[in-house]
Amino acid sequence: MAVDNAYEALTEDSRDLGDRWAYGTGFQDPLSGVDATLPTGADLPAAARHVLGLGDDALVMAHRLSEWCTHAPELEEEVALANIALDLLGQARLLLARAAQLDPGLRPAGVAGHVPDEDALAFFRSAEEYRNVRLVEVPHGDFGHLVARLLVFSTWRLGVVDRLTGSRDPVVAAVAAKAVPEIAYHRDHAAGWTLRLGDGTDESHRRMARGLAEVWPLVGELFTTADAERPAIADGVGVDPATTRAEFEDVLRRVRGQATLGPPGADLRRDGDAPATAWGRTGRHTAALRDLLAEMQSVARAHPEGRW
Amino acid sequence: MTVTVSSPELDRARAAAGAVVDPELPMLTLVDLGVLRSVEIEPPARVVVTVTPTYSGCPALVEMRADLVAALDRAGFPDVDIRTALSPPWSSDWITPAGRAALREHGIAPPGPAPRRGRGPVPLRLEPPPSPRCPRCDSPDTDQVAAFGATACRALRRCRGCGEPFEQVRAL
Repeated sequence: MAVDNAYEALTEDSRDLGDRWAYGTGFQDPLSGVDATLPTGADLPAAARHVLGLGDDALVMAHRLSEWCTHAPELEEEVALANIALDLLGQARLLLARAAQLDPGLRPAGVAGHVPDEDALAFFRSAEEYRNVRLVEVPHGDFGHLVARLLVFSTWRLGVVDRLTGSRDPVVAAVAAKAVPEIAYHRDHAAGWTLRLGDGTDESHRRMARGLAEVWPLVGELFTTADAERPAIADGVGVDPATTRAEFEDVLRRVRGQATLGPPGADLRRDGDAPATAWGRTGRHTAALRDLLAEMQSVARAHPEGRW
Repeated sequence: MTVTVSSPELDRARAAAGAVVDPELPMLTLVDLGVLRSVEIEPPARVVVTVTPTYSGCPALVEMRADLVAALDRAGFPDVDIRTALSPPWSSDWITPAGRAALREHGIAPPGPAPRRGRGPVPLRLEPPPSPRCPRCDSPDTDQVAAFGATACRALRRCRGCGEPFEQVRAL
């Protein structure tokens, strides 16, 4: 299918691609051609819940990052944020598709059969059905806030996804192994900005410190687990995020040190939710998620039978 | 079940699949890029191609699959099954020496060695990656301008020797 014009490619009939569903980023199941064998003896609905949460984190964070296009301080940074968003969107597609394989009951009822599982999950769930942590959904602040959110998110996700490479579910393990170097690059990019801003001018230092202080109350939640996903951790399919906390704190401490930034809260352990609650993982979100989804889902919901 | 048969048919299928180029780096074939894992024939006439994505969100994979199907169709193999291998994950170390030469020839610096890690957490890297030589003037004195480039797999650099900007395929 060699075509010079990208738009022709979208309308071209192809026996390989078939009818193209209009709203997905791709036109095929991202797990197409991947062995879908389910892990034996595992609590599959719990495994699906766990994988869904990690997929929702990536999806909502990708959407938030893409909203920075045309707002970043320089063109190169817009390209960087769009690339990071694309990596996360790819991870989200794989994880949502796998979650639906692990538990077909996750697919929202009443969605037309030709809509792939990943799109059914992304576009036809309500905010209460999303399982992302609140860190990824809260509204934007300034660029310092963005860097803080990306640093905290990537550092935390890297620890979790790195351990997920040992999952008893071979598909989840493979998706995780692919994602680790991607997330490491995102984290290092965010850390680089934290240094530049923190160890920069008085104004950039002030705003970087403010960004970290603003996201800090959302950190405690990152290390919690919902009851519904707990069996997946016991089964060796999932990862208990609490086991990654020391690594997270170590990285944050080192980056802050080099960036001449003090602790964002009085004490990282006491800060945030005390005691921490699994807010997003149990479907309890801020109002910002509803607004975000209203925009992200508007076209798919207005034209549920839409095709290219 | 996939049976490996050495035959003129299989050679022809491999040649057809091996000539397909990457949609984003068209100076590279999918073999050069290291994303074409295997081409086999399942009797009687089904060609089974295994590919691996470079990045999780690589939008080019859809086009690669379509191009493979089309190329094999033109070579007389209408029955094609494209499978995806996620594991082991693709690494830029898999770009072949021929691929690296082709990149350099087109003004794109090939990637350095992929970051290695031992046990324990993924090391934090606050320094920019080692500087590649300028693909135009071969100067070793180059700066990173941006950690991300026009596609997910590239970064943007500038040569201090000749002053020209150039892209590098990121080490992954």
